[in-house]
Amino acid sequence: MKRQIAAGLLMSLAAGMSFAETAPGDVSYQEGAVAQSLTGQPGDAAEGAKVMSSRALGNCVACHTVSAMPDVAFQGNVGPTLDGAGDRWEEAQLRGIVSNAKMTFEGTVMPSFYKTSGFIRPGDGYTGKAIDPAAITPILGAQQIEDVVAYLLTLKE
Amino acid sequence: ALVGLSAMADPAEDELVINGDITIVTHTTKAPDYIEGLSEQYSGWHFREDDTRDMERDDFDNPGMLGVEAARDSWAEADGTEGKSCASCHNEPESMAGVRPVMPKFNTEKGEMYTLEMYINQCRTERMGAEAWGWDDAAMVNMTALISSVSRGMPVNVAIDGPAAPYWEQGKEMYYTRYGQLELSCANCHEQNYGNHIRADHLSQGQTNAFPTYRLKTASLNSIHNRFKGCIRDTRAETFKPGSAEFIALELYVASRGNGLSVEGPSVRN
Ligand code: HEC
Ligand code: HEC
Ligand code: HEC
Repeated sequence: MKRQIAAGLLMSLAAGMSFAETAPGDVSYQEGAVAQSLTGQPGDAAEGAKVMSSRALGNCVACHTVSAMPDVAFQGNVGPTLDGAGDRWEEAQLRGIVSNAKMTFEGTVMPSFYKTSGFIRPGDGYTGKAIDPAAITPILGAQQIEDVVAYLLTLKE
Repeated sequence: ALVGLSAMADPAEDELVINGDITIVTHTTKAPDYIEGLSEQYSGWHFREDDTRDMERDDFDNPGMLGVEAARDSWAEADGTEGKSCASCHNEPESMAGVRPVMPKFNTEKGEMYTLEMYINQCRTERMGAEAWGWDDAAMVNMTALISSVSRGMPVNVAIDGPAAPYWEQGKEMYYTRYGQLELSCANCHEQNYGNHIRADHLSQGQTNAFPTYRLKTASLNSIHNRFKGCIRDTRAETFKPGSAEFIALELYVASRGNGLSVEGPSVRN
């Protein structure tokens, strides 16, 4: 039993370390854009579509419509439609917008998906209870950001 | 697609008369001058579906009125060491007409801002020798529904000056604070985006004139502070407690954004 747990731990450590991810605090924004992949790996557009439409993950469709996702019910309109986002923006700009949209659109309503500090009364998920600031994880992981960027690049008009 | 969505997103053009008798001001073309971010005011009623709106037109169709009926019974029931009921001192519940529109208000005797719940508990503990009700106890929410119902149609008119001013300022600051990991303020949703959809939810102005609200989703009456708690929790934030000093200040500020709309509670929402 003990051995199994130890093996599991080792595996997840290895998975985390092998790609030398950029930590949320180390991302460098140039005029809102982020040039380097956060994981050094290409994104998977199909995974990105899942992240964007899932309530528990990105839930981007809460605020944006995406015509290419006709099966996703109740798409919101707090933000602009993402149709054609792949024409309007370069990959680096999209990476910046998804990681921390406030670097591109000052004061935007859009949440920062790859950020772990600077919050007022951060909660432990949706429990309404406080979270230890040191325990905050970004809303999306580095690879999930890359997957979303890959999907957005497919949205051409 | 967007054209269709924005047509859907408009507040419904409709008028509310309850029981063919009580006219409710659910829309004004001019918000109070001290609310910079709003030009018009809308009750949340305009943002609900046709069938939900219809439930408010007749008390027999409004499930919130069951809470009012329950409170009418408790109004006349003696409780506590003094052997008194609300009726012993206040006669008919109708004597409370005009109380809801000005709540919360500064209680001079106590030297602090008092909500309707606090006045009720003051009478229970100090005048009846009864136990205080919890903020979200059914008995409490029902009693606030009864006291609101007898003021339906009267304009919300909370005072924001004099001793109320510091509470109002505190509430205003909270309204524009971007709480939680999603960094969203009340204003981000209810001032900048009312009329828009956030996923399936049609965002209203987040007014409090229609409280308590009967929520079809939970099949129960919902207090103002309980609604605030849910909205802050949904920003992935540590919320505040019903009855907290913060929510009392926020209640005053939000109520003042609705000054001029009619008291509408108990209302029906999803
Ligand atoms: C709470 C609302 C909200 C959520 C959730 C949200 N966004 Fe946004 N987004 C906005 C708003 C508002 C804008 C417009 C920027 C501004 O404020 O001017 C925007 C802008 C954008 C843009 C630029 C739009 C364009 O083509 O010009 C992209 C791309 C984008 N968002 C992607 C995403 C992705 C991907 C997610 C989820 C991982 C997401 N958004 C989640 C509100 C949101
Ligand atoms: C022993 C007498 C007595 C009893 C019993 C009593 N009250 Fe009161 N109540 C008062 C007095 C006196 C005041 C303060 C004077 C005033 O503003 O009417 C008051 C004030 C209030 C107020 C604030 C009114 C305002 O305009 O500020 C509310 C609300 C209220 N009572 C509700 C209740 C309810 C509900 C009950 C029963 C659960 C109750 N009271 C029982 C005597 C009583
Ligand atoms: C992420 C978006 C969001 C934020 C932030 C938010 N709310 Fe809400 N609020 C909602 C939704 C969705 C509803 C239900 C639909 C509606 O009435 O807008 C709602 C409903 C309400 C209602 C009930 C209105 C009615 O007539 O039934 C009130 C009052 C309210 N909010 C106040 C607030 C206050 C005060 C804050 C800030 C502390 C706040 N909200 C923050 C999304 C939000």
